[in-house]
Amino acid sequence: MPWLAAIVNFAPLVGFVIALLWGKRLGEPKAAIAPVAALGVSFAAAVALFARILLGYGGDFSYTWLRVGGFTLDVGFQLDRFGGIMAVVVAAVSFAIHVYSTGYMSGDKLYGRYFAYLNLFSAAMLGLVLANNYLQAFIFWELVGLTSYLLIGFWFEKREAADAGMKAFITTRVGDVGLLVGVMLIFTLTGTFHFGTIFDLVGYGALAPAMITAIALLIFAGAVGKSAQLPLHVWLPDAMEGPTPVSALIHAATMVAAGVYLVARSFPIFVAAAATSEVVAYVGATTALMAATIAVVQVDIKRVLAYSTISQLGYMMLALGCGSQAAGIFHLYTHAFFKALLFLGAGAVIHACHTNDMREMGGLGRRMRVTAATFVLAALALAGVPPLSGFFSKDEILAAVVDHGGAYLAFAAFFTVFLTAFYMFRAIFVTFGGEAREKAQDAREAPWNMLGPMIFLCVFAVGAGWVGIPGVGKGFAGLAGLYVRGEHHGVNVGAMGASFALAAGGIALAWALYRARIYPVEKIYRAFWPVARVLERKYFFDDAYGFLFVKGTVFFARLWGLFDNYVIDGLVNATGWGLVLWSKFEGWFDLAVVDGLVNFAGWITQGFGKVFRRVQTGYVQEYLLILACGVVAILVAVLVIT
Amino acid sequence: MAFPILTLTVFTPLVGIIVVLLLPERWVNGIRAVAVAFTAAALAFSIWALAAFDPKITGAMQLEELHRWIPSVDIFYHLGVDGLSMPFIILTTLLSFLAAIASFSIKERVKEYFALYLLLETGMLGVFVALDLFLFYVFWEVMLVPMYFLIGIWGGEKREYAAIKFFLYTLLGSVVMLLGILALYFTSQPHTFDMLELMRQRGTFVRAFQIIVFLAFYVGFAIKVPVFPFHTWLPDAHVEAPTAISVLLAGVLLKMGGYGLLRVSYPILPQGAHWFVWPLAILGVINIVYGSLVAMAQKDLKKLIAYSSVGHMGFVLLGAAAMTPTALDGAVMQMVTHGIITGALFLLVGVLYDRAHVREISAFSGLGVRVPVYVGIMSFTMIASLGLPGLAGFVSEFLSLVGSFPVFPVLVIISGAGIIITAAYFLWTIRRMFLGTLTPRWENLPDINFRELVTVVPLMILTVLIGVYPSVLIKLMDPALTELSRVMATLK
Repeated sequence: MPWLAAIVNFAPLVGFVIALLWGKRLGEPKAAIAPVAALGVSFAAAVALFARILLGYGGDFSYTWLRVGGFTLDVGFQLDRFGGIMAVVVAAVSFAIHVYSTGYMSGDKLYGRYFAYLNLFSAAMLGLVLANNYLQAFIFWELVGLTSYLLIGFWFEKREAADAGMKAFITTRVGDVGLLVGVMLIFTLTGTFHFGTIFDLVGYGALAPAMITAIALLIFAGAVGKSAQLPLHVWLPDAMEGPTPVSALIHAATMVAAGVYLVARSFPIFVAAAATSEVVAYVGATTALMAATIAVVQVDIKRVLAYSTISQLGYMMLALGCGSQAAGIFHLYTHAFFKALLFLGAGAVIHACHTNDMREMGGLGRRMRVTAATFVLAALALAGVPPLSGFFSKDEILAAVVDHGGAYLAFAAFFTVFLTAFYMFRAIFVTFGGEAREKAQDAREAPWNMLGPMIFLCVFAVGAGWVGIPGVGKGFAGLAGLYVRGEHHGVNVGAMGASFALAAGGIALAWALYRARIYPVEKIYRAFWPVARVLERKYFFDDAYGFLFVKGTVFFARLWGLFDNYVIDGLVNATGWGLVLWSKFEGWFDLAVVDGLVNFAGWITQGFGKVFRRVQTGYVQEYLLILACGVVAILVAVLVIT
Repeated sequence: MAFPILTLTVFTPLVGIIVVLLLPERWVNGIRAVAVAFTAAALAFSIWALAAFDPKITGAMQLEELHRWIPSVDIFYHLGVDGLSMPFIILTTLLSFLAAIASFSIKERVKEYFALYLLLETGMLGVFVALDLFLFYVFWEVMLVPMYFLIGIWGGEKREYAAIKFFLYTLLGSVVMLLGILALYFTSQPHTFDMLELMRQRGTFVRAFQIIVFLAFYVGFAIKVPVFPFHTWLPDAHVEAPTAISVLLAGVLLKMGGYGLLRVSYPILPQGAHWFVWPLAILGVINIVYGSLVAMAQKDLKKLIAYSSVGHMGFVLLGAAAMTPTALDGAVMQMVTHGIITGALFLLVGVLYDRAHVREISAFSGLGVRVPVYVGIMSFTMIASLGLPGLAGFVSEFLSLVGSFPVFPVLVIISGAGIIITAAYFLWTIRRMFLGTLTPRWENLPDINFRELVTVVPLMILTVLIGVYPSVLIKLMDPALTELSRVMATLK
């Protein structure tokens, strides 16, 4: 069993090494063989692994990694249904995207390098979902961050791409530091990183409630970064600068799913921290609503999808915050397929039109029939139209929200359903409907190595939700071994009906405005220009962060740089100069005073010498005379004294 | 008597000096080959020592050599290793060997250069094996002189200023340290310079005495680390020093401060150390946050890396101050991994400088197009330096933080800011220099050559190896540091 998990995890790593070292020499298309095959192997192994887990051969496998300071740090795999199904989803979507990329990236000068990064990315994500402890999860979590940096900035000669990669890495790292502190707090309190042991301890009430709340908040901080929730969502739309298959991978099944996955994996901690769960629910609901409103005004087809992703991730968080682990992950699972498909469809469109701007497209429905058909199906799934996959998962989320209660949460959840349907079909009508505009004149259908993966994903986008048909088996929760809120799961007929009605309303409005054009959209824009302005500027998050954090940090850094140069080093140099001055003074003092005194003494002596040498004449008679004078003087002195 | 393997390791480079001096000046390649051969021999001897070393033995020195040297004042030639010093010996011989190869780019006065270079290696190795404080001090000073000349003669434009600043600053530190050594000598009964004997007598040193002597040693060590605010000699020395010397400066010399703290100050003056724990931890966090911020402000690539060292050494101080076994492991490991990673960074800066003759970050743009291999390796090393998991720097920073967390939770959280800033300035540097469109000026810049790859690739392999399987390094030092932590806890 562990060996199967090891194949799932490490097969892409082998592909990475091969593609990195020999990618250039192999050239196109040979460089793609090993990476694609690696993901194929990984996918097959993931399916086999999940099958074996379903048959009851799962388990938790640990191996010693490091003994340090009396602690043993283990690495290992947690092979349960949750991890198994995540591995299948990640490997499936990733495999489809690898195949698609052989067509999309054709002709790129760094073809081999691209596949190397793609492989490393998949390996990191698979490692994350198979890990059985927080340390290992954190390691792969960060590797996901690194590879997303490499892939988003893959076309590094383009300024925006290079900036976007950097922005993604640094923004998510803000959350990552929170997660790191959370992991350290866990280790400090429990002495282990192992999921199972920690959850048991939390379950027994071995940790103080305040500590559990803190840990849950810190884990959530990491998830907020990776899953692009408020207020760290700003990196995701910019990440669209990466090649479109990369967007499909990062924004569907992998990187952004990582945060949701980690919160769901840490569910026992969140269950024990009710306050944090509320935070999760409110952040999720607000993110869902905010991103959906921004998506309504985007003109770049990938940005529509990007904000849609943020919005749907908000849904997942909302479900988790409302206490339904199953609903959140169910939506992650269906979303992975239809969102990846939407991105691949957008990629096909961009590939054909050489633009991202929907206003320059139009009429593509007739020119790219397969793309259009799969795109519409995926959009319907996203909008939550039965019997497509998204319907079932979204419905479980809405049921959980209704069950949990809270007017704001319910409003956000239901209104976003309407917005989602509206912005998706706005995009569809503008892109695929109407007459072909300038860039769409010569558009042709994508080649088969791109359509194949799209059809593959379409099958799942349509049918993946059927495991959750109410009354059939134990639903998704049973399949993935997850926790469901309340006894009755899923079937909330009122919510179901309302959701369907809202979705239909959204589609109808999009049709009316963008296809039938019953009223000019421009007029609406003009009438509500302040709203439109706020939405177009994405609620000014980027502007505020750019000023506060980016400029602020650089300013602060420069300030301290000057401080270091002029104050600290200034003091050192001043000390140095001071010493030099002092020594110069000493030198002068030495010369003038000390040596002066010596010279003075010498001079005095010399002076005396000059005077008294006159006495030393060398004539005996003078000596006798002086001697006689001396004797007389002594005699006189003696007489006077006595 | 056992085979004197440590003596052989330390003095092999010294023999190399004699051979180098005997060769004629114009025989440049011969001199280079001899120097590399002797550093290689020292490396081989140190690996031999490693093979003979058993990390599981704690509380005692291994491979000891003890001879009377100056009997009238009880000075001994006393060498030995334990889990604390062993990693540094390997680090020193390895970096000396690789930097010697990197020194082939030195074209002037090659003979003098390599003679001084080998003398420097002997000095550095001596510090790590000496167990007699007098001997320790001698090696400490021996290191200083060749360093002064190596920076002052083969350095950049402001080399004389930098060399003098380095020399005076470190000399100031070592003189104060000498006072500490003498204080220990005259206080011990019987008078001794022997570190092991002084450790046995530590119970007789009163607290106030310990604090004062600790501070005296601290000045010497803090300047070397360097700890804020004694750090400003470092960027100047780094910027002016030739590539290989920068490598040794960052890779080995900076480690002497942390090593001295754990080898001398902690076990001999435990109460002084405990008294100083909070200042040490706070200074560590200042190093981390302040160093990273100042690094971000730098315009010169070499200076940026020099300040990144200031930040990285903060993790050493923090871990050392926490004194838990995990934190001490993290601190010592951080010194080793910093030596490997930053050593590689300086080698790589040298590679670029040798070609471009400028180091201004703003002078470059879009190099990824022109020199992909160089940019790949440099980006890898920078990412390793910012502590990416899977690479060596992460493990040491993580252990230092996780070990310190129970003791200084707030300080650990504050240092999180440093982690973000470090990521920001390295990625920003990559962004500015390597990504974007190529500056026309560098259209003919040649990529990294084979000799340069030979110097860097071993360090990259070690970075990955230690990152993925840190046990190779940790198991060398963990028993010794766990023992040190235990001793420190009992002597509070």
